[in-house]
This record gives sequence, C-alpha cells and structure tokens, in this order.
Amino acid sequence: MAIEKINMPQLGESVTEGTISSWLVQVGDEVNKYDPIAEVLTDKVNAEVPSSYSGKIKEIVAQEGDTIEVGELMCYIDTVDEPGSKQEQRSSSSTEAVEHKEAEASSDQSMKKRYSPAVLHLAQEHDIDLEQVTGSGKAGRITRKDVEKIIASGKIPEPSKVAFQTEEQVSPQEVKPLNKSVSGTYPGDVEIPVSGVRKAIAQNMVRSTQEIPHAWMTVEVDVTDLVTYRNKVKDTFKTREGYGLTFFAFFVKAVAQALKEFPQLNSTWAEDKIIQRKDVNISIAVAKDQELFVPVIHHADDKSVKGIAKQIHELAVKARTGKLTPDDMKGGTFTVNNTGSFGSIHSMGVINHPQAAILQVESIVKRPVIVNDMFAARNMVNLSLSLDHRILDGLICGQFLARVKAILEQMNEHTINVY
Amino acid sequence: MPVMSYIQAITTALREEMQRDENVFVLGEDVGKKGGVFRATDGLYETFGEARVLDTPLAESAIAGVGIGAAMYGMRPVAEMQFADFIMPAVNQIISEAAKIRYRSNNDWHAPITIRAPYGGGVHGALYHSQSVEAVFANQPGLKIVMPSTPYDVKGLLKAAIRDNDPVLFFEHKRAYRLLKEEVPEDDYVLPIGKADIKKEGSDITVITYGLCVHFALQAAEKLAEDGISAHVLDLRTVYPLDQAAIIEAAKKTGKVLLITEDNKEGSIIGEVAAIIAENCLFDLDAPVQRLAGPDVPSMPYAPTMEKFFMINPDKVEKAMRELAEF
Repeated sequence: MAIEKINMPQLGESVTEGTISSWLVQVGDEVNKYDPIAEVLTDKVNAEVPSSYSGKIKEIVAQEGDTIEVGELMCYIDTVDEPGSKQEQRSSSSTEAVEHKEAEASSDQSMKKRYSPAVLHLAQEHDIDLEQVTGSGKAGRITRKDVEKIIASGKIPEPSKVAFQTEEQVSPQEVKPLNKSVSGTYPGDVEIPVSGVRKAIAQNMVRSTQEIPHAWMTVEVDVTDLVTYRNKVKDTFKTREGYGLTFFAFFVKAVAQALKEFPQLNSTWAEDKIIQRKDVNISIAVAKDQELFVPVIHHADDKSVKGIAKQIHELAVKARTGKLTPDDMKGGTFTVNNTGSFGSIHSMGVINHPQAAILQVESIVKRPVIVNDMFAARNMVNLSLSLDHRILDGLICGQFLARVKAILEQMNEHTINVY
Repeated sequence: MPVMSYIQAITTALREEMQRDENVFVLGEDVGKKGGVFRATDGLYETFGEARVLDTPLAESAIAGVGIGAAMYGMRPVAEMQFADFIMPAVNQIISEAAKIRYRSNNDWHAPITIRAPYGGGVHGALYHSQSVEAVFANQPGLKIVMPSTPYDVKGLLKAAIRDNDPVLFFEHKRAYRLLKEEVPEDDYVLPIGKADIKKEGSDITVITYGLCVHFALQAAEKLAEDGISAHVLDLRTVYPLDQAAIIEAAKKTGKVLLITEDNKEGSIIGEVAAIIAENCLFDLDAPVQRLAGPDVPSMPYAPTMEKFFMINPDKVEKAMRELAEF
C-alpha cells in the first residue's frame, strides 16, 4: 500500500484550471482505476476526472467550488499496488547524486584558470592578479561577480612577489596544463602542491623558453693564478671582514667589467627595439630548499671585488632567512649563475627573462693542460653562456667571452686589488 | 483596476479600438456569431454587427488578402488566424504583399493590417495546434511581430498594432489565454512596438525571452531567489525588429545570458538575439550565451510524455538558470 496523489488533469486545449463542481466519491470509498471521482467545470468543457489508481480515497484536498490549476493536488488515494516504493528509491538516489556533486564541486579546480572575457577585461583594467583571486564559480572558476566584489571592496591584491621579478611586469602568462595522462597518480605517488615561489619559477621558465630562442656557447678559462691568489688571502680576508672571499665574486667582477665594454649583452628584447641598459645590475641565483631566488647586485660595475663579495654574502643570508625585499630582486640586467657550487662542469642555463643572456660559472677543476707544448696541472673552469639569439649572435658573444676569459686569466697576485 | 485574463485583455482591446475608430473591423473563421474558438471576439458581433465582425470561409489566404486590400484602402482590419499553424496559406499575401507594399510603391500605399494568431504548445494540441511560427516571418523587413507575455502588455500592444500604419503580426500564446491574469487599467493606453521590457531586475544572470516563457522565467526566478540567485528578466515583447539596445544593456548587466524560446532551437528568434550579444558584448560576457529551446523536431508531439519533453516548462527553465548562475 502506498499513498498517491491525484492531480487536476489537463481537460482541453488552453484549459489551465478547473472548478470542482462535485465530488463523486467520499473519504474511505474504494475506487477502481479509471472510475470517475469528481466532476470538473472548465471554460470549455464539463468533464469527469478519472482515478489514476485503484485504492481507497484517503483525503480530499480540493473542495467543491474550488478552482485549481492543472497539475494541482485534488486528493490522496491509498493504492493497492506499490509504485511508491520505487519512487522513494529514486528520490534518495538523486539526493546522493546531489551530495556527490557538491563534494566534487569543492575539490574540482579545473576551471580556475579559464577566464571569461569579462573577467580578463576587469582584471586588466584594475590591475588585479587573478592568481590570488578565489573563484566561486563552477570548478573554481573566477566569475565576473568575484572580480566586481574585489573592485567594490577596494582590496585589490598586490602582484605576488615572484622569484624572477622583472622590470616590465607583462601580464602573467600561464603554465600550460599538462596532458591529463601525465597528471594521473598511482598508488604510492606523492602529490606536492605547487606553492607561490615554485609556481612563479615555473611560469618564468616556461615564458623564457617559449619566448626566447636560446643559443649556447662555452669557453674554458685558466684561473690557476686567481686560485693561487685567492687561496693565499682568503683566511686573512675572512678574519678581517667577517665573511668569505668566494671565487664567485671575482667572476662577477670580471663579467661586470666586460659588460661595460659589450653593452649588447646588457640588454632587453622589446619587440620593435632592443634596449641597452646603462646600469650593470648582476642577478645571481640563490637556492633555498625547494626555492630559487635571483636577487640583484646593483651597479656591480661600480663595486670592488670586496664590495661584490659583501653583497653576495648579504643577499645569500637574506634569501636563506626569507628576508629578501622586492627591491633586492628588481632591476637585474644580466645573470651570473654559480653552477660550479653544485659540482657542475657544464650546463645550459635558462635566460632570466627579459634579460639577453645568462652566464653559468662551472666548477674549477684541476687537470692536465698543455701549456707551451708541455703538460701542466692547471685550474680550469668552464663558462657557459646562454644567449637570446634575437638580440645576440655568435660573433659578439664570442668576443664577450674572450674578454671575460682574458680578464680572469690576467687576475693574479700583482694585478688584483680586492679593495 | 479590474483583473483580466490574457484573452479578456485581447477582447477589451478589440472592443475599445472598434469603438474608437469605425475603420477598425475584425475578420476570421468563426469570429462572429461564435465569438471565436477561444472566445477572443466574444460579444463583438452583438455590439458591432456583421458588417464589422466578418465570419469568413476557411481560407487563410483570403482572410489575409481581403484584410490587406481593405487596409490599403484606409480600413484598419484585424484578421484572425484560428491557429498560427494555419497561417501558412497566407504567407504569400503577408510577405509578398503586406510587408513590401510601402517599399514597392515608394510610400504611396501602405497596409495597416493586424493579423492575430494563437500560437504555442502545452495544450495537447499536437501538430496543427501547437506551432510557433514567428521565425518564418522574422527576416522580412516591413513586418513587425509582437508577442506579448502579460494581459497588461496585450491590451497596450494590441492597440498599438491596430494603430500602426504598417502590418503587424500579433501572436498570442494560447496556453496563456486563461492561465495569466492580472490587473489591467481601464484607461486607453498604448505600449510602444519595438521596445523590450524588463520584467524583473536582477544581478546574477540575465534571461531574455518572450511570450509564455517570460512567465516560466519569472516563476523560476522566484525559486532561485530563495537560494540567493538574482535573475534579470527581459521580455522582448516585439521579436521583429528586435530592441537591440535593450538586449545589449541586459546582457552587459550580468554577463551571463540565457535565451529561451518554445520554438525549435535552430533558426529561432533567440539565435538572432545571441548574435546581437556576440557582436556587442564580448568583453562583458562571463559565460557562453546559453539557449534553451524546443528540440529540432518537425512538430509538437501529441503523446503527453513527449509533449512534456518538447515543451519548455518552469523546471527546465529553473535548471538552465541555475546551471548558468553556478558557472
């Protein structure tokens, strides 16, 4: 047994309601399916309403004289057959489906970066970093309303402090989503959410490799005299100054000097023009755990080896303690990367966008070299240059590297003044 | 103000216009003695007599042709097609003659005829009593197509159609005839043809529709309001030519637009509305423009289950509106 509803049937074209003129049954009456239960008067016809079920009239809802709409409840009937249980099942499964859908909605962020024209337009107009906006739309999508709310509240989020901060803040480009099959996980896999700095590194790397046609060139430099000199003075220097005198400082000094002579490498590609920078601001890469920062030694060409060493030390400490400021990251015109500190002897760097080149300073390795037709044990280092081939060609880069090599090979006890 | 049904508003407008202007007359099948199969012309024969309320043969081409000829000679005929489905034999008269006479005669002639026809499904009318035919006429410059959604609009727009100096097709949703009732002013007011009307202000999604679907959209909007979703509802009222400014404004308001018609989807009025939005509103759009329409099936099925499948109803509208709001 189940309780079923009998509703006002459609009794003709354009008929949307009917008036019950009389009930032909009373509560408690047994009726068969199709038995007339009431007489109904409409604009067009007078008709009998048949019962949709066999069963016992349970409750009469619409009274005689009431005008009710088509589809509205007339009475309840206690039926013999049991279609009700089926319906209940259906409704409970649909609730489950709804709950499931809700759970899915909260975790699914696949639409987070699918921006509508309205959202992009507003974000550009008001300089809003969409990375920092939480979307209320389907699958994490940022809606026009979300952006409008931020604008109305006046709390426009600052652009994130990215690792590779560049002077021209071009609109942030997205890392293209990986193929679905790549992002699938298997049992035992660990998923590591991509944090702000990691994400910024990824974006800058993708942008650099996508935009800049890279070319590479490596020279080897004999730094035996420099090594001898530095090893001789490093302990005294440390005691006196309180920080180490690294080889890296000499390399930065040499590069800064060479850049003054070859401003082509101290430049930026700006589509319809190339901008050569007056200031020589050397970016250096500093690693910290899973993060990579590229702070800047400003006006490196004005500084002594000591001044550079001091600034490298300060920037490294700041990076490791998370105290780098946006100013520390701004304005780099050329990057020198100390890959040698990891033991690398050859590498191909990714240019720090929008600079024109990056120089990898590899490990200094003592090895047999032929000097004046004789074997000699010399301290050798590889300098690997990655260049933006839109701006630079092999000739100018070869001359630049030859100049850096010459400066470094001339560094010895008599020529160097660290102060 | 008296409460009037949609069809009473039609009868009232006809009666008032016939009283106001003796050039206004009514012609159609069973419009006289019977007062119309839907009773839209109820009582007019008794008041105005057989010279002004003409029972015609079952010949739609003749109804339109006679009307157009009379209109060109200075009368104001209101021709009734018993069902919009039956308008097809009159298409040549309407498109080739009525729509073009002003242009063809370099303004010497014009045809101020109003052609009324009940359209739409959901009344178990099946093939010959359920069609929406507006799209057939909606690329004929020279014609105007008015499809009101409320008794108030019916009265004001039917009067405007009769007074218009060019042919107007006036399509009335037959299911709305007795379904929709509201207070209608007794005074003689006219509403502008070619102007859409905001039926409800809202900020989350925009629904643009016409005819009975306006009613469904308003019902759905009420339900969605309970969940904090605010819908903006624009009633086109005139589906040809379209009120472009109102469409653009409504679309820009929320950037999420749902277009609804009971007609078959492809080639329908709302496709043109979507094109207007695409041309003008790209940088305000926050979601793809959505269309909710009848399936591309030749006609309204008779089986109730299939008719329900075909017809737009408040549940379908609510679902589409909710999905768009959540996007």
